[in-house]
Amino acid sequence: MCLGIPGRIVAIEDPEIGLATADVGGVRRKVSIQLLQEEPGGGPGIDDWVLIHVGFALAQIDEQEAAETFRRLEAIGDPYREELDELASSDIE
Amino acid sequence: MRFVDEYRSPDIARGLAAEIAELAGDGHHKIMEICGGHTHAIYRHGIPDYLPDNVELVHGPGCPVCVVPAGRIDDAIAIAFEPGVILTTFGDLMRVPGGQGSFLDANSRGADIRMVYSPLDALKVARRNPDRRVVFAAIGFETTAPATAATVLRAAAEGIDNFSVLSNHVLVGPAIQAILDAPGQDLDGFLGPGHVSTVIGASAYEFVARDHGKPLVVSGFEPLDVLQAIAWLLRQRQEGRAEVTNQYTRVVPWEGNRAALRAIDATMEPRATFEWRGLGEIPWSALALREEYAAFDAERHFTLPGRRVADHRACQCAEVLTGRLKPWQCAVFGTVCTPENPIGTCMVSSEGACAAYYHYGRLQLGRDAHAAPVPSP
Amino acid sequence: MTQQPEGAETDAKTEASGETEAEALARVARHRERRPRVRDEHVTLAHGAGGSATADLVEDLFLRSLANPALEAREDQALIDVDPGRLAFTTDSFVVSPLEFPGGSIGDLAINGTVNDLAVSGARPAYLSAGFILEEGFAIARLRRIVDDLAAAAAAAGVQVVTGDTKVVGRGKGDGCYINTAGIGVLERPVELGARFARPGDAVLVSGPIGDHGITILLARGDLELEADLESDTAPLHRLVDGLLEACSGVRCLRDATRGGVATVLNEVAEAAGVGIALEETALPIRAEVNGACEVLGLDPLYVACEGRMVIVVDAAEADTALAALRALPEGEQAARIGSVVAESPGMVSLRTQLGGTRVVDTMAGDPLPRIC
Repeated sequence: MCLGIPGRIVAIEDPEIGLATADVGGVRRKVSIQLLQEEPGGGPGIDDWVLIHVGFALAQIDEQEAAETFRRLEAIGDPYREELDELASSDIE
Repeated sequence: MRFVDEYRSPDIARGLAAEIAELAGDGHHKIMEICGGHTHAIYRHGIPDYLPDNVELVHGPGCPVCVVPAGRIDDAIAIAFEPGVILTTFGDLMRVPGGQGSFLDANSRGADIRMVYSPLDALKVARRNPDRRVVFAAIGFETTAPATAATVLRAAAEGIDNFSVLSNHVLVGPAIQAILDAPGQDLDGFLGPGHVSTVIGASAYEFVARDHGKPLVVSGFEPLDVLQAIAWLLRQRQEGRAEVTNQYTRVVPWEGNRAALRAIDATMEPRATFEWRGLGEIPWSALALREEYAAFDAERHFTLPGRRVADHRACQCAEVLTGRLKPWQCAVFGTVCTPENPIGTCMVSSEGACAAYYHYGRLQLGRDAHAAPVPSP
Repeated sequence: MTQQPEGAETDAKTEASGETEAEALARVARHRERRPRVRDEHVTLAHGAGGSATADLVEDLFLRSLANPALEAREDQALIDVDPGRLAFTTDSFVVSPLEFPGGSIGDLAINGTVNDLAVSGARPAYLSAGFILEEGFAIARLRRIVDDLAAAAAAAGVQVVTGDTKVVGRGKGDGCYINTAGIGVLERPVELGARFARPGDAVLVSGPIGDHGITILLARGDLELEADLESDTAPLHRLVDGLLEACSGVRCLRDATRGGVATVLNEVAEAAGVGIALEETALPIRAEVNGACEVLGLDPLYVACEGRMVIVVDAAEADTALAALRALPEGEQAARIGSVVAESPGMVSLRTQLGGTRVVDTMAGDPLPRIC
């Protein structure tokens, strides 16, 4: 229901009002991180990944959780990749 | 792109598809994706190609554009024609038909309606045009409401007096409740919205499992997220469980975003009732600005016509939004109602079930055509 | 261009200094012989009135930059010699905001857009017209830059702007500068290209990364406040077309993918030929920045405009030859095979996604609007 895009914080412009610059695939935009600040000056820092929606960072992306989710997904994909590899190598006489 | 491309691997999708097929067994599983973002992702990536016939996805009402009643579009246009007004809004709303045309039509008749990317940009328009009255026509669920709230707080802090908000913010919980309460509802589980849950938290859906015995899995928007969430739903079904779980842990915290909820609570309060296109009046389902922020409330600055506009007689958006009809089962789908000339909102937003299906999904017609038609209530 | 009346200079001032009358008259005569210069800082209604101000503008901006014999004849029409045979003839109008953007300006677009419309027929672009509609108050310095861009683009494409026109509309009645062009190309090869010739089995290629121009313009407007190191892809395609037709005999059709992007062009081909077109998402050449901007704005790069890219349908047996011919030129370095013409689903373009699923790539309804949901 709402477009949210992962972006990396590349600069903190104004920690007091929570203004930062985020990079999405080489495209940069000023975003507000105030909704991630429990106190002024807090919130995500440089190189943190955030989820951006209408110019606001709504969530900080939890890289550990991301790695965990992906590890579980890869485990599901592995047997198929092996099968494909076998198939590919079986073509060679 | 990081956190995007790795979730689009065909190898892993094949693995998940096999798991889904096994978990689905011989039964029929009717799963509603509540969120229009999921509808869009499902068609955009061709996810149905990985699902067996007995896993049926039903599109839900989670597209804020699709549930805006035509009367509210007319209200916004009426404001736009007041002297000195610049109406700002998201691109999504520009083509939505009201009772008397869309925002784009209004612009051709002389209104000044501008697209913005962020509510903060609307505030910027107000700062740059001190002699104009700048109104932001806000839409969105709790995902977008904090952005509007933060913008109102900023406007108040800066003492900007030519900026106001026409709030059409709606709440996802009451919409799910309305779906669950609808007569003849026979859903087996829900894909829970992802990004709205960053704000309200996955815990907000506990009533779905507790009070209605339906499983709900909060899901991310990349195709592997969606497939994994479907697998988790089916596993719950197989094991006879009905729980709320969170597949999208990298982004969605169980308790939500406190600062965002605080911003909403500081500036907005629930309306006693609000009309949803397709679902009718739903109590306590939308947000209005609080009395303390009346100075920024367009509903208090302008007299709104507030006319209810009946849906086109042939339009079956209501049935589509509640999952009773598939887009292609609507009598006017793709003939009278097309993305160029939408008569219903489901055809306007690219998140709308009909537009998503029309643009991306028609290849599926063959397989959908074999599914048993859903009886009309 | 209208003929330049003699003695158009109006702003010469004589200073009361110590010179003799003869010296003063000699100075005036020298001054009158000088090439006129536009001294105004802004376009005025007089620049479009056909008098000396118009003449100065024509002399100083257009003739100075676009010098060629036909134009310099200063007649109401250009006389050009062409060999008997087939001509390609096209017209186009250019309205763009902003007028100048990273990688080019409306001047580049006017030449390249017209050249490309001719080139994709297989013709050698040769002669162009340029009609300027200027808004009162438009900065002369900007106009000069635009005309210089136009002249440089014409030189790069090997075409001559042989006739033109200038009109000025009142303040608020135009968007600074509009340009209308017409172009004539000469068909030197006996080729017949057209969307209707696409047939199942053919390969579908694109000459370079897609969407650069559209996204650059969207960003250059500034209201989205997005920044990226991205430039418009505006470029002439005639050399690529020439290389391609030299190397391959099985080219079915060429289309430059402008408004509506690659998706729109392919839908036109599918419709015209009564065939299906199957694309591979992973084969689409798209820059990271274009992808990033599209993700942020909820746009699909397949619908974003290009100004120097073409779609090629070619006999599959010649696909590799065609790719090699395209990649041999810098403007085709990143050419790619993006799909095939198929017999299934005639009139429809489909895409196999990165995930391995399938979806329809439909024609576009209206302008693509940025979205948040």
